Amino acid sequence: MMLVTYIPRMLPLVVLSKMNIPPLVLNWLKYIPIAVLASLLAPEIFMNETGLDISLNNQMLLAAIPAFIVASLTKNLFYTVFSGMGAIIIISRFLG
Amino acid sequence: MKRKEFLSGVKAALPIVFGYIPVGMAFGVLAAQIGLTVSEVFFMSLLVYAGSGQFVAVSLMSAGASAVAIIFTTFLVNSRHILMSAALVPHVRNIPRWSLPLISYGITDETFAVAMGEVTKEKKGELFFLGLNITSQSFWILSTVIGASVGNIIPDPRAFGLHFAMPAMFIALLIMQIKNKKGILLAMLAIGLSILFKSILPGNWNIILATILTATIGVMIEKWTVKYSPSSSG
Repeated sequence: MMLVTYIPRMLPLVVLSKMNIPPLVLNWLKYIPIAVLASLLAPEIFMNETGLDISLNNQMLLAAIPAFIVASLTKNLFYTVFSGMGAIIIISRFLG
Repeated sequence: MKRKEFLSGVKAALPIVFGYIPVGMAFGVLAAQIGLTVSEVFFMSLLVYAGSGQFVAVSLMSAGASAVAIIFTTFLVNSRHILMSAALVPHVRNIPRWSLPLISYGITDETFAVAMGEVTKEKKGELFFLGLNITSQSFWILSTVIGASVGNIIPDPRAFGLHFAMPAMFIALLIMQIKNKKGILLAMLAIGLSILFKSILPGNWNIILATILTATIGVMIEKWTVKYSPSSSG
């Protein structure tokens, strides 16, 4: 288990950093952060155990709104995490 | 100077710590319930160190899956880190090669996201990465061990909003990565694709497929805009 966790993390970094990467590949890699972050986030806030959930019952989605606003205004990780955590506490009080 | 750089990594890890505490404790509780000892949990978090990988492995163990099945599934769950590891390459050119195997040991969704946010602002040395990774993993190990030792007597993390720490962190880091309209478009595309793939495929194939497709479309849009409007840089 350790190897199948470590190898995917280690090989690309160690091997590719030795090589000259073609510009096309570098370009492609440039888009990985946005793509991977959006892909990780989407199911967390737009889905529940059964599937897509865009409704007022979805507390994670509701809390994501102020978090998005704070993130856009401040570009600050701490403010966003704290306002998001505050928002979900308040929302869960109101919606049970 | 070196100390300062290491500490900047430690500081950058703090939002991750908020997220790891409840998830790690939840893992520890679950692992203890299916019969793993505290020291097994400790070594799993030390040696494997993969949030979703560990959850999947433990639920497979409780279902009586074979070792081969567990190892193969763990690999699939972790294969998204191939993309993250590769995406870090352009940002570690300045870093001594000896440290790369060590730095890559600590790549998780969260440390990757935070590191990417920081390296796009300014170049970072190996001590930053080590500070970030060691802090994050220490709290992961600690939380899983506490979860496994004290079990269900811990208070509900939801009361403190801790279950939203990780999504909020991804929101902030995503916003920080978006620099223009194309970024917004690609983020929305990845969100749509991730939801679509999650609805039709098991496990977390959605992350790998949505990421590969979105990055490829990003390159194609770039080629297209350069071809048709040589003055714009996207």
